[in-house]
Amino acid sequence: MTTALGTLTKARALPVAAPGTITRRTHPLWFLLPAYAILLIFFVLPTVYQFAYAFTDWSGFKASINPVGVDNFVQLASDGTLFRALRITVVYAVLVAIFQNLFGFGLAVLLERDTVINRIARTFLMLPVLMSALAVGYIFQALLKHTGALADTTWTIVVVSLIHAWKWMGLAMLIYLAGLKTVPEDVVEAARIDGASPWRAFWAVRVPLLAPAITFNVATALLGSMNGFDVVQATTGGGPARTTELLNIFIYRTFGQGLFAQATTMSLVLFLLVALLAFPVIVLLRRREEIL
Amino acid sequence: MSRRLQPVAAILLVAALIGVPLWLVVATAGKSRAEAVDPNLSPPGQWHLFDNLRQVWTEADVPAAFFGSLLIVVPTVAGVLILGSMAAWILARRTSRLTAALYALGISGIILPPAVVTVVLLLRQLGLAGTALGMIGVYLGIYLSTVIFFVTGFVRTIPAALEEAARIDGAGPVDVFRRIVLPLLRPVLATATILICLYVWNDVFYAFFVVGGRLDTLPLNLFRVASAGLYLNNWHLIFAYVILMSLPLIVVFAVAQRKIISGITGGAVK
Repeated sequence: MTTALGTLTKARALPVAAPGTITRRTHPLWFLLPAYAILLIFFVLPTVYQFAYAFTDWSGFKASINPVGVDNFVQLASDGTLFRALRITVVYAVLVAIFQNLFGFGLAVLLERDTVINRIARTFLMLPVLMSALAVGYIFQALLKHTGALADTTWTIVVVSLIHAWKWMGLAMLIYLAGLKTVPEDVVEAARIDGASPWRAFWAVRVPLLAPAITFNVATALLGSMNGFDVVQATTGGGPARTTELLNIFIYRTFGQGLFAQATTMSLVLFLLVALLAFPVIVLLRRREEIL
Repeated sequence: MSRRLQPVAAILLVAALIGVPLWLVVATAGKSRAEAVDPNLSPPGQWHLFDNLRQVWTEADVPAAFFGSLLIVVPTVAGVLILGSMAAWILARRTSRLTAALYALGISGIILPPAVVTVVLLLRQLGLAGTALGMIGVYLGIYLSTVIFFVTGFVRTIPAALEEAARIDGAGPVDVFRRIVLPLLRPVLATATILICLYVWNDVFYAFFVVGGRLDTLPLNLFRVASAGLYLNNWHLIFAYVILMSLPLIVVFAVAQRKIISGITGGAVK
């Protein structure tokens, strides 16, 4: 009896003693293989290439590719293109993040109750999200053609970031709506009973609980618009006087001219910029979430 | 806000924010060329909407571009969902330093921008330059991250006991994945489907680098029509094209609306 029990427990204990075996058999690593092979070939490898080809004279005008050191960086920095495109891209991303969240938050608060009108309104607000950014750009080019809003060298960048925010505000609204729904009704009720005004109950109880939605919305708007192209290309094409030329518009234009190495250099700069910005942004937002 | 004022405010806001741009598209697409030269919000003297749609359909090669778009979107979405959920299942269930590192690598593509210029060189070396297969590979590489991120989070909420029952009955990993895990993933896969469809259907930037000039997709074609059209002031044709291109997605969204919205909001914010 005891021996039988002994063998039984021993047999049962075996997988626990060797924790790798059970997962190896039930969740085999080869399931990862196809996805990671594709990631490696089509995502990691081209990214690694950037670190090599940014330092060459690769172009559409000759067959050979030769190393040229930091010439591409020096040239882009000395004619001012590098820092202008960097500045424009960062300004654009920050403005988009601000506008998109203000619009999304405002709409979520306005359309929060589940009435018929609100539901229809929300559906209409999803239309720009579904439309191609290129189409959105053409619509606003037509709307603003005669107002001069797309011809000012200082303010056009603000206008295009407003358009980008307009396209995505529906999605931001949905995520804020979901955040507002997660706040339990009785918590708000308790605040009311404690004598809080509706205004104070809203800002002190419900808004702080939106932290995860804010994290998601700010991070995706900021990092997503770093990679912006369509909206601006369709509204201004980078003008007037190259004041809305985002990094991706520069890359697109330079590639079209056959200057592949220069386009690669800028693409590498964009990669480094996003990588550098992403980590502090995410850490900062996560920490804010914990405090609140 | 007071309960009586809110509906009025909601209607006015949506009319201004969405109604005006939408009316511009429909009204301009309904105008004759002479009327549409200077786009404005006035209604067309006489509606030419169907004439313009027909003209775009035949002259701008819409059927070919539509076929090109489908040829790329369908395999991309199928591939990204299947391969992404396979990987996500393992990443969620196995907890080791290796899988944690692989997960970090797998989701890095959500943030980091793809290398659009050197991918062209790589595709040339692989003999895939300008082909639909190359384009699909590039999109898979870009959007696998999104699927891995969403699905891994979702798998962690599914109790492992559901898989055990099947294993005791003698099912291997492939059967467990196909019969138990995949059906349970339906809600998150529905959301991922619409998101990836949206991105790939509307993409012009990556398509320009990979297949531009060799294969037509709807956005690439719109870009070409518009680049030529703005010079010729063919606004009526540009907006007719915009309507043709947006309709399929709007129909898909209208049909699957409730599921999509609950999926997006449930997945993004914990």
